[in-house]
This record gives sequence, C-alpha cells and structure tokens, in this order.
Amino acid sequence: MSAPSLSTSPTTAAPVAAPHRRAALYVAEHQFRSMLNYKWTVVMVGVGTPLFYLLGIGLGLATLLDADLASGPGGPVPYVVFVAPALLASATVSVATEEFTYTVMSGFKWRRVFWGINATPVEPGSIVSGLVIAVAARMAFGSLLYLALMLAFGAVGDLWTVWLLPLVGVLGGLAFGLPLLAYASTLKDDNGQFAAVQRFVFTPLFLFSGTFYPLETLPSALHWIGWISPLWHASELGRVLSYGAVKPAWVTAVHVLVLLAFAIGGWLIARRTFTRRLR
Amino acid sequence: MVHAQSLTKKYGDFTAVDGIDFEVAPGESFGLLGPNGAGKSTTMRMVGAVSSRTGGDLSVLGLDPDTHGPQIRAQLGVVPQEDNLDAELKVRDNLIVYGRYFGLSRAVCAARADELLDFAQLTEKAQAKVDDLSGGMKRRLTIARALINTPRVLMLDEPTTGLDPQARHVLWDRLFRLKEQGTTLVVTTHYMDEAEQLCDRLVVVDHGRIMAEGSPAALIREHSSREVVELRFGSTRNAAVAAELEGVGDRIEVLPDRILIYTPSGEDALEHVSRAGLHPTTSLVRRASLEDVFLRLTGRSLIE
Repeated sequence: MSAPSLSTSPTTAAPVAAPHRRAALYVAEHQFRSMLNYKWTVVMVGVGTPLFYLLGIGLGLATLLDADLASGPGGPVPYVVFVAPALLASATVSVATEEFTYTVMSGFKWRRVFWGINATPVEPGSIVSGLVIAVAARMAFGSLLYLALMLAFGAVGDLWTVWLLPLVGVLGGLAFGLPLLAYASTLKDDNGQFAAVQRFVFTPLFLFSGTFYPLETLPSALHWIGWISPLWHASELGRVLSYGAVKPAWVTAVHVLVLLAFAIGGWLIARRTFTRRLR
Repeated sequence: MVHAQSLTKKYGDFTAVDGIDFEVAPGESFGLLGPNGAGKSTTMRMVGAVSSRTGGDLSVLGLDPDTHGPQIRAQLGVVPQEDNLDAELKVRDNLIVYGRYFGLSRAVCAARADELLDFAQLTEKAQAKVDDLSGGMKRRLTIARALINTPRVLMLDEPTTGLDPQARHVLWDRLFRLKEQGTTLVVTTHYMDEAEQLCDRLVVVDHGRIMAEGSPAALIREHSSREVVELRFGSTRNAAVAAELEGVGDRIEVLPDRILIYTPSGEDALEHVSRAGLHPTTSLVRRASLEDVFLRLTGRSLIE
C-alpha cells in the first residue's frame, strides 16, 4: 500500500478566524451545486410553466371572456394582462413549495448535509440565509423567464414599471416560502405533510385568492382567503406594476408590508427552529 | 487541547453526561470507550462546539465553546457517527464544497481535495457519485473531508461501526498515519480492538460517568489479569461447574454462554481444570483485553 504523505500545516493551513460574514454565501454555493443536478427541471419548469399557462389562457380561455375583469389607467386591459402577474407570482410560490420543503427534509434527514455544515464554523442562521439566497436566485431566474415570455405574448401593460415584476415574484415566493421553511424545519419525518401543503394550502390559494379573477368576484364571506394569502398580495402588487391597476396608494403599501411581514417573520422563526434543532 | 472538568449535559430529567473530567494533550490519541448510550456522542458534540453544556467547565483549544463556537469549529475536523456526505455531489466536489465552509479559496480547496483523495485512497473515485462508494470508502471520504481544514484536532465518533473487517483495517491504517504525523485524535468507540489499536489513553464511560482511565495496557493490568481462559460446558452446566472451579485463577466470571477464568497463567489454570476431572466442550486461552476490563467495571458486555 502506498503511503502518500499528507501536509498537516503548510501553505494550505486553515485560517483560525471564523469566516462569519460569507458563511451564507458558501451555503448558497453548495445549494447551487446541488441544483445543477436538477438544472433541467429548473429550466423546463421555468420555461414550461409560463409558456403553457400563457398559451392556454391567452389563446384559449381569454377568447371566451367577454366581461372586462380589470382596467388600468387607460381603460380595460385584456384578460391575459390581468392574469399574467398572478401567474408569475404563483410560479415562484410553487418553487417555494418544493425548495422549502423537500430540500429541508433532505438537509436534516435524508442527505443530512445540514449536520455536516453544522460541524464547520457556519452557524445555523447562516444555513437558513444560504438556503434563502439560493432559492431566491432560482425564483428570480424563473421570474425573469416569465417576464420575458409575458413580453413576448404582449401580456404586460406598462413597460416602465413591469421590470420590477421579478422582484415582486421573489418577494411573494419568500412570503409564502419562509413560513413554510420554518414549518418544514420542525418536521422529523415526511408523513405526507408536504403533499398536504401542496393540496390544501397552495392549490386553494391558487384558485381562491384572486389569481384568475378579482377577489371581489367571490362572495364577501370568502374574501379573507385573499387577505391572508401571500399569493393574493403578490398578485395584486404585480398588477399595479404590470398595467397600473387602479387602487389607492395605501393598499399597495399594505401589500408590500404584508409580504414583508410574512417573509421576515418566517425567516426569523426558521432561524430559531434551525438553531434549536442543530444545537 | 481539550480540558473538561465536571462536564455535564442534561436533557430534561435525563443526565446524558454526568460530571466527567478529562484532558487531551497535543498529539495524543484519546479514546472514549463505552456501550451505546453511555454519553460518548453527547460528549463529542459538546467538545465539537455544537451542543452547549449544562454544567462544568470545558475548554477546547484554549477557548470556551459557549462563546467561541465558530473559532473552535474552524480548527476541528469532525467525523460523525452517521455519514452526512452530500450524495448529490461527486466525491471530489464533496471535499471542495466542505472546504469552502472554512473560508478556503476554491484553488486551495481543489489542491487540498486532491491531496486528501490520495491520502484516503480515493483518487480513482474522484468523479464517482457518493452513492457508488462502499461503506469503507464513504468513511474514508468523510475522514478526508474532516481534514480539509488541516484541523488541530480530529474527532471521530465510532469511525468503524458497521464496516467489514478489511475496511476497518484500511481505515485504522489511515488513522494511524495521521497519528504518526502528530494529529491529535479524539475517538469514541464501543470496540475494544479499535481502542487498543488507536488510543494512547482512554476513559471507560458508562451511564455518563467515567469508570476508569489510562492507557489500554495499564487498564488491562489494573483491572484484569494477564490472561483469560474461556471455557464452555453448555449453557445449562456453566453455573454448576463454576462452583467446582472456585479457587482457580484470580477470579471467575460466569456468563450465560461461558465461564471466564482470570489468571496470570492460562496454561496452569487449564491444567487445574482437567485435574479436577472437568472436560469443557471448548477451551481457549487468550490475553486479557479491554472487554474484560469493561466487564469487570460494569458487569456487562460492551455492545448492548
């Protein structure tokens, strides 16, 4: 058996100081490398989802609709313009239901990589931050693709403000995803909870919080579904930016604040649950 | 390197580590030997600065884990009981990604990864998937990963549990080389042979307490005789025969399946047995081991 010698101190010695500040970026870098394993899923979902929805709705459903559902400053807008910002938001929320659930279970239980990272100078809070950075980047990528296709389909109103739409997409995705991340990090086993989140949280929100029709269309007894739904707040915010949906400024401010509250609240709780579990 | 005094860890009412004292000197290979649930892993987590102590004093590399966790972890290498390699990454990428967590540049990580793959005898597997590695290879990769930051202390939690004999020997060989190069090792194990192979000094732990401390040889000298005779008369007869053997050797122990006679000379003891007209179905004379020390100290077998 050969006896390769191993340097125990020379040029490659470890720094004694803990690399605190960039820790989250290292975690994100690790996540990106993992995402490369399913890069085609990321791309196909990123391109396919908007393509199918915009095609199906723009060419199909929209042609059947006579009523004007929404209007901007310049009057009524086509249905596809109304629905596109909400579809973009639901696409990022959909990424969240995947990345902030199974990825977390994998990190704690299946691949156990979080425990490996935990033994390095990286603190649990930085693991959370790194995950958020990586997933937000994937959401941004998906949102940009969505926006590009929206432009191609002529599904936008105001070319000046529509560029902010990916930002809203990421914010909406995180507002939905970070509380989910906090929840996922408390689970020891996946006994179908994530599938339940898909079916009983995401799908109802997708259908009942003003994605395909204005929330006001529903009986007023159901409006609360929209008010507590990050998806509705993100969709409404997106509509303001995409075609200048007419509404008071304070309503727009509320949308931003609610989304921020969901995201920041979820983030803080996730940091706590990660720390409690790993330490 | 490590200094623990009255170190205690409680989970609610349960005391996992019950006031233990130990020191690890630079370059030393130190072992925690004990059955499952003895508190070894909990102790390792406290030393590894990922679990805070409930009481007592602990200093690792001169720092307090409660206040300097990241600084301590930056200088440790940890081989956990359960592998947590990233199966989604290739073998070499596992090392590189891990090195980044210590703030090493990509170039340093890459150079170090190649060096460590060589050391772990995994160079040919550099581009393989982790899942395609054997159990022993995964363990070696985990050890290589733990060395990526050139740690001052390498901590191994049951490094060879679950490996076949050949894989264990390859692993021991690698660890022995590290020891020769002066790396400080802290090892937990419930295998006596592993403790005897790897440890300069060890503590025997049970129920969160230290039962004995010393080098493997000193422990055997202190708590056992030089040789042990194992006799089997069949499980139904062992107890009755043991009564007749009283006075042979220093001490006799009756286990469900066999009788152990602790004696300075196994041959003499065997002669006694045959002169008494007793004919065991099998007999074996062997050198005393840490297992005997453990049996003596706790009255129980190590692996439970």
